[in-house]
Amino acid sequence: MTVAAAEITNMPRRSGLWHFVRRNPTLVGGSIVLILVALAALAAPLIAGDPIAAKPANRLRPPSHLNWLGTDQLGRDVWARTVYGARISLVVGLAVATIAMAIGLLVGLLAGFSRTVESVVMRLMDGLMAIPAILLAIAFVSLSKASVSIVVAAIALPEIPRVVRLVRSVVLSVREQPFVEAAVASGTRLPKILSRHILPATVPPLIVQATYVAASAILIEAALSFLGAGTPPEIPTWGNMIASSRVYLGLAPWTIFGPGLALALIVLAVNLVGDGLRDRLDPRIARRM
Amino acid sequence: MLAFIIRRLLSTLLVMGLVGVFIFLLLHLSPGDPAAIIAGDNATPTQIEAIRTSLGLNDPLHLQFGRWAVRVLSGDLGISIFSNVPVATLIAQRVWPTLSLAFTTIVLAVLLAVAAGVLAAWKAGSFLDRLVMILSVVGFSVPVFVVGYLLIYVFAITLRWLPVQGYTPLAEGLWPWARHLILPSLALGLAYVALIARITRTAMLDVLAEDYMRTARAKGVATGPMLFKHALKSAGVPIVTVVGIGIALLIGGVVITETVFNLPGIGRLVVDAISKRDYPIIQGVILLFSGVYVIINLLVDLSYTLLDPRIRY
Repeated sequence: MTVAAAEITNMPRRSGLWHFVRRNPTLVGGSIVLILVALAALAAPLIAGDPIAAKPANRLRPPSHLNWLGTDQLGRDVWARTVYGARISLVVGLAVATIAMAIGLLVGLLAGFSRTVESVVMRLMDGLMAIPAILLAIAFVSLSKASVSIVVAAIALPEIPRVVRLVRSVVLSVREQPFVEAAVASGTRLPKILSRHILPATVPPLIVQATYVAASAILIEAALSFLGAGTPPEIPTWGNMIASSRVYLGLAPWTIFGPGLALALIVLAVNLVGDGLRDRLDPRIARRM
Repeated sequence: MLAFIIRRLLSTLLVMGLVGVFIFLLLHLSPGDPAAIIAGDNATPTQIEAIRTSLGLNDPLHLQFGRWAVRVLSGDLGISIFSNVPVATLIAQRVWPTLSLAFTTIVLAVLLAVAAGVLAAWKAGSFLDRLVMILSVVGFSVPVFVVGYLLIYVFAITLRWLPVQGYTPLAEGLWPWARHLILPSLALGLAYVALIARITRTAMLDVLAEDYMRTARAKGVATGPMLFKHALKSAGVPIVTVVGIGIALLIGGVVITETVFNLPGIGRLVVDAISKRDYPIIQGVILLFSGVYVIINLLVDLSYTLLDPRIRY
């Protein structure tokens, strides 16, 4: 008996890390890619050359040991620009997810607890959701001067309604639980009920949602840069690299597919982390998908 | 039923009204001077002042909104700064390429996605199923313009099967029209295919587990009719919902796809307006696309009753 019990308690510890990897291949795989990309972006000056320096003599060179991803139409190193471009994508993804989660959580909590706030807020969210995100961001950016913070705000705004809806639905279901009723009956004040009983229930779905919001933010930022409505053109981003080299697609496909592949890879990694977290944190949804 | 339709119409009107308020406030609460924005970058102070008076920008905000809303409802979306042509006219000139692209994308995507989803559910757990699921994750992650340039590079530049870019009106023949739209539809539709295939698979898995499907098989219904007639019809509601929801995805993608493939549609109109800072065009197209989105959502809701007679409002 004791031997069997010891084996059971020992089992996960013995194969801990490997077990975790086997069970969560998407989570681990996606995280590794993201960590590598983040390290590369941080260490950009060490692992890549100058992303701005133009060498006209070196125009449109194919990938070689000197220029790993070739050079673009101005003779700039595509690898260096791609590595520096990761910075914008990561910053925008992270910032948009944080802002959308914070505002969405606050509004969603209020909407879930007050009937009057709910009816007004949910209609406002319906209206906001009806405006296509890319177009709203284009309008936002075209009304202000192009800067990273305007781009972040423009992308975060249309993401908020989805978070509000999610938080509200969690609050509505948790609110009916016996332990909340018990807390209300025993005279606990509303702020404490919110922070101690309701808030924790919103955390797992919010974390999952945050990854999806980050993935979509990275895609929209790239699209805005591609369309010329993004960050100032001096900053290399994957979107504006592709836009500025697109006429050279036939001559120098590496100028398009270098940043294009980086973009697809990072978004895929974020989505995989999201799927992996969803499977771990919210098995109910996981089974339905 | 009638009560439901009326209620649904009213809420649609409310949402559209809110969209109008948002779009109106976007210009009027932005840090810049609305008159200067509408006048364009090259306007003189006198011109800006003339616009300010003609638009009544010194009046209280709610009065301005009322006037603006009346004009929009009568089809007046303002005048383009750059070309001095009414925005509604510019949109009307560009509507066919966009409608063509939307039509071919939806048809192509729904056919591909439903077929893939049904097959994946039928052979659940097989290699085919896994392939469909992997493609659907990838389809969500690769941006429209990267897929677009990849398709152009492979099928237009390397293999030379299809044209690189451009648009031919339907009046010049079905095939010339269609061959310019194949690659754009595939690029735009990829994320849409991924979404619909996923939901189709899930919905079909639920239906295939039902008792009446076993009965159908037992009484000898052939596999094809069983999957596509019996099961797919029952799985219709979630699929139609996601086809409707997904159109929001398409609307954003249209702008990018038209830029990649140089289609002279409404999306290009907006993108060209960005560099010229032609705000009335951007505003008009946002209103139009939001309206389309709201109407499609309404139609999706109303279509439930047709697909599932058990749903009664």
